[in-house]
Amino acid sequence: MSIVEAERLCKHFPGRRSLFGAHSGVVRAVDGVSFTIEPGQTLGVVGESGCGKTTTAKLVLGLEQPTAGDIRFEGKDLRALDAAGRRHYRRSIQAVFQDPYASLNPRMRVGAIIAEPLITNERLPPSKVRTRVLELLDLVGLASRSAELFPHEFSGGQRQRIAIARALSLSPKLIVLDEPVSALDVSIRAQILNLLRDLQAQLGLAYLFIAHDLAAVAHMSHAVVVMYLGRIVEYGETHMLVRAPKHPYTKALFSAALPSRPDEWREEIVLSGEVPSPLRPPPGCHFHPRCQLAMPHCREHAPRLRETEGRHIACHLYAAAPNGKVEAWPAGR
Amino acid sequence: MAAPLLEIDNLSTHYVSARGTRVIRAVEGVSLRLGARETLGIVGESGSGKSTLALSLVRLLPPSGRIASGRLMFEGEDLLQKSEAEMRRLRGKRIAMILQDPMASLNPLFTIGDQVAEPVRVHERANRSTAWRRALDLLKAVRIASADTRLRQYPHEMSGGMRQRIVGAIGISCEPRLLIADEPTTSLDLTIQAQYLNLLRELQQAHGLALIFITHNLGIVAKMCDQLAVMYAGRVVEAGPVRQVFNAPAHPYTQALLNSIPRLSDSRRRLTAIDGQPPDLAMLAPGCAFAPRCTRAMDRCRSVAPPSTSMEDGRKVRCWLLPAGAGDLAGTVQSGAA
Repeated sequence: MSIVEAERLCKHFPGRRSLFGAHSGVVRAVDGVSFTIEPGQTLGVVGESGCGKTTTAKLVLGLEQPTAGDIRFEGKDLRALDAAGRRHYRRSIQAVFQDPYASLNPRMRVGAIIAEPLITNERLPPSKVRTRVLELLDLVGLASRSAELFPHEFSGGQRQRIAIARALSLSPKLIVLDEPVSALDVSIRAQILNLLRDLQAQLGLAYLFIAHDLAAVAHMSHAVVVMYLGRIVEYGETHMLVRAPKHPYTKALFSAALPSRPDEWREEIVLSGEVPSPLRPPPGCHFHPRCQLAMPHCREHAPRLRETEGRHIACHLYAAAPNGKVEAWPAGR
Repeated sequence: MAAPLLEIDNLSTHYVSARGTRVIRAVEGVSLRLGARETLGIVGESGSGKSTLALSLVRLLPPSGRIASGRLMFEGEDLLQKSEAEMRRLRGKRIAMILQDPMASLNPLFTIGDQVAEPVRVHERANRSTAWRRALDLLKAVRIASADTRLRQYPHEMSGGMRQRIVGAIGISCEPRLLIADEPTTSLDLTIQAQYLNLLRELQQAHGLALIFITHNLGIVAKMCDQLAVMYAGRVVEAGPVRQVFNAPAHPYTQALLNSIPRLSDSRRRLTAIDGQPPDLAMLAPGCAFAPRCTRAMDRCRSVAPPSTSMEDGRKVRCWLLPAGAGDLAGTVQSGAA
C-alpha cells in the first residue's frame, strides 16, 4: 500500500488585498497535482522557483490545508481521520529542511533537540529517551558526546545530521527533504546524500525529495515529478525521465542542467523568457509562451496529465490516443 | 607567447585581527595567468579563499585584509604599485566585477538607467543624455525587453534574472578587458542560469573579454571555462586546462571532488564522499591542508606543505604524490577518459 496518495491536490492562496479589502486574484500555488509515494522509495520533485514544490511539501506535511483534492495516508483520507489517526499521521511524516543553521534551536543541547519529539509524543522514561538519542546519533554518524553540545559547535554537514536524527526519532515512514544539501559545502553534500540513502536501505524509509539540483534528484529518486507553475508536466520513473525527457519543459530543464565534464555533448534548448507570475498564469498550457513547439490549441486548452510511453505527460503533443477519442488533434499539426 | 593579460605571481592575502594576534592566511602563494579572451574558473568551497582572491585582484579587500606579498600584473602594469586614485580609474573601466547577489549590488533608490549609465559618466565623462543612450544600448545587449521603460524603473520592479542581467550590463558598460564574476548565477533558476551563461559567452565573444568565474559549481566550469584553478584552504592545489583537469585530475582533492558529485548520466552510482570537513584557516596545521581528509596521505604530507609541481601538459599541482617533473600519476587515473 502506498504511504501517501495525493489526488487532484490544490492549494490556492488569496492574492494581495487592495485598500478596500478586495482580493486581486488567486495564486494557484498547487493546481490539481496527483502522485503516490511508495514505502522505501524516493519521489523527487523538480521545478523552478514558484512552481509549487514547497507548497506541495507543506501539504504532505499537513502544514497547509488543501483547497481541494485529497491526500490519503495508507489508504485513509486525511479528512476522515480522528484525533488519534491524525497524531499517528503527524508522527509518521517528518521533515528535514534546507538550512540547518535555522532549523535547530541555538539554545538547546543537541540531545534535547533530538529528544524533544520523543518527549512530546511518547511517554518514555528518561533513561529510555537517553538510549534512543544515543542510538539516533550513532545512526547518523555522530559521536555520543555530541548530545551534550550546542548546535553552534557543529559544522553545516554535522548540523544536517542532527536534523536528520531528530526527524528519525519517531521512526517515521516518510521524510520530506526540502533542499537538504543545497546549503552545504560541495565536499560535504555527498556525505549527506549517502547517509540518506543508507538510512533508506536500513530503515525502509520513503522520501519526498525536493531540490533544484537535477543530478542530485536523479541520484536520490526512484520516480520524479516535474512541476511548472503549480501543475505537473511530467511524472515517471527517474531513469526514463532522465534518459529521454518528453515534455518540452522537461527537455529544456534537463538541457539547462550543467554538464558534468567539459566534453559532454548535450542538446541545448535555451528557453526564452522567464517563469510567468503565478498570479496571472498564461491560459491553456502554462508553458506555451516559452514553448518552441506550441500550437494554437495550447493557448486555449490546458492539457491533462495522461499516461503515455510508460509515464505521465501533460502535453498536447502526446495527447493523441490510438483510438482517437481523447481529444482531436489541433489544427496546424 | 605574448604577455598574458593578467599574471598573478605568488600572491598572498591575509586577514589580521584588530590586535594583530591572529592571522588568517586566506590566500597563500597563488600564481595564475590568464590570456586575453580566455576564461578561467576558480573553484573552491566556502572558505577556500576564492572570493578573497577575486577581491585582491581589484584591491577591494575589507579593512582587516592585506596583500602580504606577491605581484599582480595586468596589461603589463603592476596593480599593487598603483595609487588608490589610479585603482579607482581602473575599476569598472578595465576590470569589472559581477557579484553574487544582484539585489545587494544595485542601489534601490536609483533608477536602472542611472546605475547603468553611472560608469560611463564617471569613466568617460559622458553627459547624461549620451550616457543614457549608451545605457539603452547596453540593456538591449543583455536582452532586456522594452528597455526604454525599464531604464526609468527601479531594481525592485525587476525579476532576479533581469537584475543579474542589469548587473552584467553595468559590468560591460565601459568595455573592460577583464570581467570577474563571483558566483554570478547562484540565485538564479536553472533555465535562467542557462540563458545568463550563454549571454555572458556572447558578450565575451563580442567584446573580446577575458572572464574569471569564481564558483563552487564544477558544472559552470565545465560549460564555460578554458582554464581551471582548484583552491583548497587558500592555496591553488591544481591548475590547468579544463579538459585535462576533468579527464585526469592529478590532485587527490580534485579527484575526490569530481567523484563526489552526482551526475545525470549515471544516476544511481554510489557517491564517493570526502570524509571530514574543510579546515579552519585560523588553525591550519603544517603540511598539506588536505592531508587530514586525503586517503593517500603519507607522513611527509602532514609535516611539509608540497610545492607547486609542473606537469608535462602544463598543469601545476601541489601534491607530494607527484615527483617533480613527472606526469605518470595522471596517466594512471586517466583510464578510459581523454
